[in-house]
Amino acid sequence: MAIFNLNVNGKNKRVDADPSTPVLWVLRDHLNLTGTKYGCGMAQCGACTVHLNGTAVRSCQLPVSAVGKEAITTIEGLSATGDHPVQKAWIDHDVAQCGYCQAGQIMSAASLLKTNPKPTDADIDNAMSGNICRCGTYLRIKEAIKTAAGI
Amino acid sequence: MNTNKKNYTRRSFLKSSLLSGGGLMLSVSWLSNANAATGKLEALNLNGPEERWVQLNGYIQITADNEIKLICPNPEFGQNVMTSLPMMVAEELDADWKAVVVEMGPHDNTKLGPQFTGGSNSVRMYWKPLREAGAAVRQMLCEAAARTWNVPVAEVTTKAGVLYHASGKSAKYGEMASKAATFPVPKGVKLKAPNDFTIIRKPAKNVEGKKIVTGQPLFGLDYRVEGMLIAMIQHPPAFGMKLKSFDASQALKMPGIKDVFSLKLYEDGFEQGGFDTRSFNDLLVVAGKSTWEVMNARKKLKIEWVPAGDTKDIMMGRGGKREVIVPGAPESTDAQLRKMQEYARKPAQQLRKDGDPETAFKNAAQIIERTYNAPFLAHNCMEPMNFFAHVTEDKALVAGPLQAPGWMEPTLAKLLGLSPDRIEIQMTRMGGGFGRRAYGQYVYEAALISRHLKAPVKLMYTREDDMTYGIYRPMYTATYRAALDKDRNLIAFHVKGGGIPENPVHANRFPAGAVDNYLAEGWEIPSNITIGAFRAPRSNFNAAAEQSFLDEVAEAMGKDPIELRLELLKRAKENPVGKNNEYDADRYAGVLKLVRDKSNWGKPGNEKYNRGVAAYFCHNSYAAHVVDMVTRDGEPYVERVFSAMDCGIVVNPDAAKNMVQGAVVDGIGNAMFGALTHKNGAAGQSNFHNYRMIRHNEAPKLIDVSFVENDIDPTGLGEPPFPPVFGAVANALYKNQGKRFYNQPFQPELDKRVQG
Repeated sequence: MAIFNLNVNGKNKRVDADPSTPVLWVLRDHLNLTGTKYGCGMAQCGACTVHLNGTAVRSCQLPVSAVGKEAITTIEGLSATGDHPVQKAWIDHDVAQCGYCQAGQIMSAASLLKTNPKPTDADIDNAMSGNICRCGTYLRIKEAIKTAAGI
Repeated sequence: MNTNKKNYTRRSFLKSSLLSGGGLMLSVSWLSNANAATGKLEALNLNGPEERWVQLNGYIQITADNEIKLICPNPEFGQNVMTSLPMMVAEELDADWKAVVVEMGPHDNTKLGPQFTGGSNSVRMYWKPLREAGAAVRQMLCEAAARTWNVPVAEVTTKAGVLYHASGKSAKYGEMASKAATFPVPKGVKLKAPNDFTIIRKPAKNVEGKKIVTGQPLFGLDYRVEGMLIAMIQHPPAFGMKLKSFDASQALKMPGIKDVFSLKLYEDGFEQGGFDTRSFNDLLVVAGKSTWEVMNARKKLKIEWVPAGDTKDIMMGRGGKREVIVPGAPESTDAQLRKMQEYARKPAQQLRKDGDPETAFKNAAQIIERTYNAPFLAHNCMEPMNFFAHVTEDKALVAGPLQAPGWMEPTLAKLLGLSPDRIEIQMTRMGGGFGRRAYGQYVYEAALISRHLKAPVKLMYTREDDMTYGIYRPMYTATYRAALDKDRNLIAFHVKGGGIPENPVHANRFPAGAVDNYLAEGWEIPSNITIGAFRAPRSNFNAAAEQSFLDEVAEAMGKDPIELRLELLKRAKENPVGKNNEYDADRYAGVLKLVRDKSNWGKPGNEKYNRGVAAYFCHNSYAAHVVDMVTRDGEPYVERVFSAMDCGIVVNPDAAKNMVQGAVVDGIGNAMFGALTHKNGAAGQSNFHNYRMIRHNEAPKLIDVSFVENDIDPTGLGEPPFPPVFGAVANALYKNQGKRFYNQPFQPELDKRVQG
């Protein structure tokens, strides 16, 4: 076990964990931030997507020891009151069915729009194809991303 | 024609009471002829009693400060019942939908009815009871206003949660709630005509939408209490194996580990209910403080597995107790396919016969015979199986994602030796269900683990545990034969289907009733690979096979595939063959005509597309799709889909559209990629790297959804749009590739083509 001082959603968090522990489980088990979801544990489904310094990463494959001082943002910290443009667009399009994968989808989409504010359909396909939605809400995800981008 | 329409008769017992602090609470109990429940049992391949009396019940709470709370009885797994069921109450209550608060109810079959999510039955089952509840309370509020204002009750009107009188008086519901609560609950209050709906048929947003997009703890895996342990189960590496011994010394030395132990799920001779399916009975449990620690410790276990041999299950079903021998031999997909071919040649059980099919086939000018195969499918809910349990000597709390709390409670009571009233079941939002969470084995496991540990515990399956556990969509095959006379008229139809371990054939569905000479037969092969309901059980195979076959028959007859179906349906309507035809030919034809119009079928302008059509009836609703395929980067790609549905009144149109779009994507994915194979009993796929799921870039660009507009009481929508997608994809693929695809999933055959 080792002590890590993490920057999570803008706050300093002290965690005592095995250095190999994936950030996913640090968030869920140690910090009670359960918005980040477990889906596969091998970076195949994207349910665990968080931002590391603003870029989407799969937290199930990111050991806590590798984070250092980089800023982790989770779905809970994406916006103060749930009004990030992507979150608002998700509600406008009523994207969710079961909703389990949507935090990961939103984090991937928010990361995409940060680097590419006006993505094409192909850009969206590329950025979002690592996130599985078992309910099949992909069409609404695409529409919501376009709404958030104002296109 | 017998259209198998279910009639609901019910007597209601409504009771109102004062809320503490002022306001009204309505408890509504119905004694209901549970045809709805029977329907759901049919949907899940159980034989329930035809007439079973259950109580349906709803809650409405109106506080003195005008908060209106509606309780959703049924668990939510993405079909949006937490929105659509309260909408039905709010409609008749004439509440302001925007101001209503919705809460998931606790498990209480006495007060909240069947509480079963499955069989596409939630809206259908609660349609009348919940509206009647709303109407009764509205009437009581009107009565309270009439007495307060000293005017005739008939002159009191309501709109969006406010009572009005022509004199200019008005009051919010909350102001009248306490007075209303003192009145007897009226009976037989007239319900609105569909024309007067103001909430139903208007798109309403998911009541949990904001919570979902902000990552609130809604799901079972998010459930936690102070001091809770995490547990995982190591199940055998293959079906047909069992635990012999284990050495936990290394695992126990790992940090955070509390215990490693084995326990039996069901004791010998345990009488299992119909949904108590389990694949493995000896559980090897690792429990510890955190998920990662338990995952790591599990890898340190030294375990000896041995063949389980044939085992015997005691099943409680219709007609009482029966013994089921589960064969112990390990199974492999190749051998299973060969065995199915062998069984397909043997005489089978006759399920339905009309006319003289033998003679018709003998005299046929042409016989078309095709065989279709489909593999096991894993449900792959995005949230793997998990459950929280805290069991003490005299009571149990269990909480998590499940579709049928009422079916699990009796088994929990038996396993724990507690009376049902000492068991509390809480339903969390489910990260998908698709039928899987109607089987409660993981709930029971969690409870037994908590009892053993004497601690609150959350049992969690990893993705690998979940995918390799079983309770799959069965493996199926069916051979269809059609006899044509010299004028290419269809004179006989024969379906012979079977599966491991169940027969898929729905003998009384289309085209039964439309062909003079008809034969349906089925057979089954027992297996140790467990199965369960999977989004439209059996239909999800039958629609694929039958609708592909009809496409081929239409081609042989020189007819347009929609035209052939419409001709057969006309025959079924005007001069039906045989008895017990399950479908309404007009409504079936209706979705075909609607999809024909919406897709401009047969009209110029769609030449770039390889088009496939299919339609199906199941779970009381009708669905038709036109799939438009193109070649993209050298691969077939479904670019557009037109969908037409008839599920009667559509309660929440935007959510309904979402559901159909999702079913289309799910159908394309499973038709193209879905497969769970076995080698020597071991699952060949364990996670999403080798179980291919449809992804964002593979979804169509457009899914245009239309509903037949009518005032028929609503029927199911979660399942019906799913099955015919498979057939429409197969038929489009034929146009795209110039050859027919008979074996699901289709992608491996395409891959061979590319390589070869």
